[in-house]
Amino acid sequence: MTSNSVALDILETVKDPEVPVLSVVELGVVRHVEVSGTAVTVTITPTYSGCPALHAIEHDIESALRAGGFERVTLKTEYAPAWTTDWMSEPAKEKLRAYGIAPPGRLTGQELLPLGTTVRRVSCPYCGSPNTSLESEFGPTACKSLHVCHACQQPFEHFKAF
Amino acid sequence: MRLGDDRLVLGHRLSEWCGHGPVLEEDIATANIALDLLGQATIFLRMAGQAEATGRDEDALAYWRDENQFRNASIVELPPGDFGFTTLRQFLFSAWSFQHLEALSSSANTELAAVAAKGLKETRYHVRHASEWVLRLGDGTEESHGRMQRAMDELWPWTGELLWQNEVDSALRQAGVVPDLAPLQAPWEAMVRDVAARATLTIPAGPMRMSRGRQGHHTEHLGHMLAEMQIVARSHPGARW
Repeated sequence: MTSNSVALDILETVKDPEVPVLSVVELGVVRHVEVSGTAVTVTITPTYSGCPALHAIEHDIESALRAGGFERVTLKTEYAPAWTTDWMSEPAKEKLRAYGIAPPGRLTGQELLPLGTTVRRVSCPYCGSPNTSLESEFGPTACKSLHVCHACQQPFEHFKAF
Repeated sequence: MRLGDDRLVLGHRLSEWCGHGPVLEEDIATANIALDLLGQATIFLRMAGQAEATGRDEDALAYWRDENQFRNASIVELPPGDFGFTTLRQFLFSAWSFQHLEALSSSANTELAAVAAKGLKETRYHVRHASEWVLRLGDGTEESHGRMQRAMDELWPWTGELLWQNEVDSALRQAGVVPDLAPLQAPWEAMVRDVAARATLTIPAGPMRMSRGRQGHHTEHLGHMLAEMQIVARSHPGARW
């Protein structure tokens, strides 16, 4: 096992504080890992510019790597390419669905000014019905929107394609 | 600094709605947009601090500058008014920000280009959200239409300052760092006029205000806002929790 994969295995245990079923690697926040002896440099990219979970994530990455035996942990931030939900793998999306959050679809050209014409079908993560409607573009965190399922009457969150 | 200050001040004005939104969903939406703007402000101010190289970080710039050192356009510092006023200002600013960040995302400064491209993705959501509300309220009841039209009459003359440029812009433009703002006016205005027309709102024909927030001459509202925003940092310098 290479030392890079040791570091990656440790990072797989670091979860997003707001979505604790996804690791920071599955989320796509970790961009590169470079190990040299007992030193490791992790390059991360923020999800949203103002994501308040970022500080917690940085802190968790550092303490997990230290606990895993790395003596020097350096965190770098990179803004390009900008983070996108398209980096999320299919298994990661399945984990979201099982957790009760409708996963993001592929990012497609979304109209800037749909003005009342938006029809985005998001399937209910609980019963799978496509008979749902959007309640609010902005949910409890910037990355999620609020929906309601008309089949099982369950309100749910959707991880927005971004 | 201007990019950061616009977003810091508007983000703070939006956050004043937290707990006062007309419905829970809008309360949350407004707070989320405020958070995006504060996040963008943090990055832009951090970069501004690094560029001036006098050791000021984003917190020093946000909390330890006085009113006349802020470089935001005056439109963002006006008090939030009613929900219609806040929504219309958000639409006017977000539509502008969309054009501006899009142009900035091809800056010769790769870090600035990356940050602009990132902010642009967030701004798309802001434009969508605000435009839907402008339509709903403008083309809504007699009461909501009246309030939106009053907001338009009040806000429109302040938008001229968004296009203001000086010798700093020309120097940076020559180096390919920032875009010329003048050509951005037409697409921005087209977007605004399109939404306004569909929302049955009339854009006033009168002259623009000669506001000079970009040069540090602010309305009386900014000082009050900063007093509230800066009091904790200034009362407990260096405090951590």
